Amino acid sequence: MSTAARDAGPELRLGRVVIVGASLAGLRSAEALRRKGFTGELILVGDEVHPPYDRPPLSKEFTAKAMPAESLHLRQNPSLEATWQLGVPATSLDAAAHVVTLGDGAELGYDGLVIATGAAPRRLPGLPGTARGLHYLRTVDDALRLRADLVPGTRVIVIGGGFIGAELASTCRELGLAVTVVTPLPMMVSALGQLSEAAAQRARRHGVEVIEGLGISAVEIDDRVRSVELTDGTRLPADVVVVAIGVRPAVDWLVGSGVLIDSGVVCDDSLAVRGVADAVAAGDVACWPHPALNGELLRLEHWTNAAEQATAAADRLLTGGRPFAPVPSFWSDQYGVRLQGVGLTGRADEVAVVDGDASGDQFVAEYRRAGQLVGAISAGDVRALLPYRRELVKRFAGLALASQ
Amino acid sequence: MRIELDPNLCQAYGNCLLSAPEVFELTQHDLVARILQEQPDEPLRAQVEEAVASCPVQALTLVDS
Repeated sequence: MSTAARDAGPELRLGRVVIVGASLAGLRSAEALRRKGFTGELILVGDEVHPPYDRPPLSKEFTAKAMPAESLHLRQNPSLEATWQLGVPATSLDAAAHVVTLGDGAELGYDGLVIATGAAPRRLPGLPGTARGLHYLRTVDDALRLRADLVPGTRVIVIGGGFIGAELASTCRELGLAVTVVTPLPMMVSALGQLSEAAAQRARRHGVEVIEGLGISAVEIDDRVRSVELTDGTRLPADVVVVAIGVRPAVDWLVGSGVLIDSGVVCDDSLAVRGVADAVAAGDVACWPHPALNGELLRLEHWTNAAEQATAAADRLLTGGRPFAPVPSFWSDQYGVRLQGVGLTGRADEVAVVDGDASGDQFVAEYRRAGQLVGAISAGDVRALLPYRRELVKRFAGLALASQ
Repeated sequence: MRIELDPNLCQAYGNCLLSAPEVFELTQHDLVARILQEQPDEPLRAQVEEAVASCPVQALTLVDS
């Protein structure tokens, strides 16, 4: 991008920054703004009533064990000096006037805006909004409702085999429940690529019925969920159905605002929102051209990205920023095994297991794209990822520099 | 700067090790990470800040002094 565009934002030290989204990315952007010297007014807006909390445990230990909701709360620096408007969503943005309107009618003017509204579960078309035994999993309230339904003897069907679906199946097995995963796509394919078969094998070995390549044609519901019908006509009885077919970035409030929307809020290479002035985006809602992807937009749903991207977005708002070229990292705990990954494994076209067995407790796999290393995944020993991460950090930094 | 690690919180994710391998260690059989340099040199600050921010269980604290 041009130097002129990058210098367009005035240095922001005073005034007011409104952060829409009060989860990990929102909190971390607030902290970063303060750390980098922003002394003006900070307002965080969140649609949930809860203060920022940690979502990764929801599909895992929070549901498997009776963890209290308070244990999820993210640590907050007491000197943050921010105003919290929780339990009220943002409903529209007037970018020209620099005003965010909230669900209670309040209007918040801003000098700088951080869009960190995250994402919401995709719904299965044709289903009622709520029904006994029908669940989605995104919030702590969702998890509490689900947990209450996972009593002994419950037959669970998880629709979707991504991170949430795969982890929930593991959690159900930990609770001793019969569980079936129905997934049109191979399990965990967005992260594991060609190794997704290993994820299905691991799940089956732990007693999960995995049905790949089929979707759902109907869910039978009377006073509660009774069964699901697969696209091949098979009917499976169920007491609990969890729909975990991915998320949609929470961008409805931005429609008509001028903010460019693609697979999320489209940002430039340093996370300034395209289409409007004085705004940045971070977390699940944001997509941007990662320098390692030749201009392709990347949207990540990893915890670590929300934290890291928020810091970079704060930088952009205050100082003009620079190309954001992270080496993403992620983890997934299933059946007592922790899978960990670095890089852009989901964008690879080639994978090679260089150590161990990918369906076992210990392995290392390398991911390449057009012959070049783009990521690695391991289980059993995180140190195996160190050399890959080191190489990727170096290469992505070089690509970012070259793109300027 | 000084780093504190709460061993009761640490669950051996090793994100700190990925961010700042000079400062943290985690062997295959460790149940918690270990700090190799409690007061790392200033040039490591960015890596250490990243390590603290990337801890999924918030077991790390950076104390500036």
